[in-house]
Amino acid sequence: MLAKSPSAALRRLFDAVGPVDAVGIEERVAKYGTRSIKKHAKLWGLKTAVSMVDLTTLEGKDTPGKVASLCRKALQPHDAGLDVPRVAAVCVYPAMVRHARRALGTGTGVKIASVATAFPSGQAPLKTRLAEVRAAVADGADEIDMVINRGAFLAGEFATVQDEIAAVVEACGPAALKVILEVSELETYDNIRAASFLAMQVIRPGDFIKTSTGKTSLNATLGNNQVMIDAIRDHYLATGVAVGMKPAGGIRTAKQALTFLVAVKETLGDAWLTNMRYRFGASSLLNDLLRQLAKEKSGAYQAPYYFSEAAESY
Amino acid sequence: MSRLPVTKTPKPYVGGAFIRSESGRTYPLADAAGAFFAHVPQCTRKDLRNAVEAAAKAGPGWAKRTAYNRGQILYRLAEMLEARGDEMTGTLVRFGAARAAAAREVAASVDRLVYYAGWADKYEQVLGNVNPVASPHFNFTVTEPMGIVGVIAPDAPALLGLVSLVAPVIVSGNTVVALASEATPYPAVLLGEMLATSDLPGGVVNLLTGFRRELVPTFATHAHLRALSAAVGPEDAKTLRLGAADSIKRVRIVDATKPADWLSARAESVYAVRDFLEFKTTWHPIGA
Repeated sequence: MLAKSPSAALRRLFDAVGPVDAVGIEERVAKYGTRSIKKHAKLWGLKTAVSMVDLTTLEGKDTPGKVASLCRKALQPHDAGLDVPRVAAVCVYPAMVRHARRALGTGTGVKIASVATAFPSGQAPLKTRLAEVRAAVADGADEIDMVINRGAFLAGEFATVQDEIAAVVEACGPAALKVILEVSELETYDNIRAASFLAMQVIRPGDFIKTSTGKTSLNATLGNNQVMIDAIRDHYLATGVAVGMKPAGGIRTAKQALTFLVAVKETLGDAWLTNMRYRFGASSLLNDLLRQLAKEKSGAYQAPYYFSEAAESY
Repeated sequence: MSRLPVTKTPKPYVGGAFIRSESGRTYPLADAAGAFFAHVPQCTRKDLRNAVEAAAKAGPGWAKRTAYNRGQILYRLAEMLEARGDEMTGTLVRFGAARAAAAREVAASVDRLVYYAGWADKYEQVLGNVNPVASPHFNFTVTEPMGIVGVIAPDAPALLGLVSLVAPVIVSGNTVVALASEATPYPAVLLGEMLATSDLPGGVVNLLTGFRRELVPTFATHAHLRALSAAVGPEDAKTLRLGAADSIKRVRIVDATKPADWLSARAESVYAVRDFLEFKTTWHPIGA
């Protein structure tokens, strides 16, 4: 007879997906920062990173005006001359989706992503969460960022977690889905790998798994990213289903972004070096990418206040 | 029983920490007698960039301190230098100064810090103003720090030259990224250790060691540096002015090829403070 305790359920899931060699992961990601990326490769990496940014504003004080200016920045991150691609998407709260749609228009290539399902906690009745997803899609969201039910996951109710993800997939309709695991609340690499598989088993090709909400203390790290892209690779090799990846929160510098791209290239290969399969959830990253691109172009280190943030005199 | 010698690794003081160059490069430094002294980090433009980031982080907090507090901290730095004066004098002697001259240089450096510490809560009274206007308004001119200032110290005097350029810049709330004397970098390393124990917030003064020919062009072009204060020859001065023109930064040059009397009272002035201030004029209606 199968035991029904949470620990037994966890053990069965781990048996199915395999464990993570935590020390090996740490060792491996520590090496990614040592790659020398210069000149053309750096330029390519910076531009690719810009095209992967989900330009995000998720604050209680968001206004339609702030979302509109975010959208303008998404369409033209910097003056002409610098030859910068548009970002992949803007990421806003559901209430802001219609304002973003008005500001962006259609056919610009910049998608609208909306967090939904009672982001960031996910602690609302399923019915409410699904209604929120449908409302965001109806308002014009191209992509939905959902949070998983961490409480259910940690209680060992994996079927509940998976069924809820499946329900959201259905509610999304044509919109792509990004499943936020909120890795900092999953505690261990083994849990992150297990949760990645729970999600990947029910989402569609072209959907994403995502590290974090950006609302907790620990966000996307190279280690978390590595566990998840390893899971994506194993899932792809086993089933042929290509799932995308989105690290979010804590990626602020161009250097960090390039290191994440190194991890992607060396784990998943060139097929994932596109914004159809890899994204950065970030707000301040874009400015640093632009700053480094301007430096590559002019040869001179740039001041942060040349870009559309950091208005302080320093 | 003989002891193994315990030698110190010279490390520049950047962002409140003692660093090695990101490049891992060093260059051998010999003392005046020609004996090997130590390997000194040969900082790169990336180290300069990192130092500017550290200065940018420290800047707003430093500028928000009260003038009185900045004066206290500069005075505290003078106390630290005074307390380790013998060590500093010995270092200057080891690198070629006569003992009496070295002692004079250290004393003058302490006095210079005290001099600028005194200006901290006074320069505003001299440089700021209430301007006469022909309408019922107050018209104030007040000063503000510029931001991050690049300092290139003269080769000699290694300590007094550096102190004389750094002190008037930081007293008003600017932060500094300084390149130490190339010929005699060790006194600056020692000064860094005193900065670290002087209540000066980490990142307000960042000291780099290395070669001018590698770093001057980056000082000139780095857009985040708002001003430069340099004791250099005409070639470096030209590089600095050309780069500064592109990024519109202020340049204050002391011609290092001309003999300068760093010891004299003429080498210290409130105008050295003024050169690294922005002036803001505001109108305010006179209330009923």
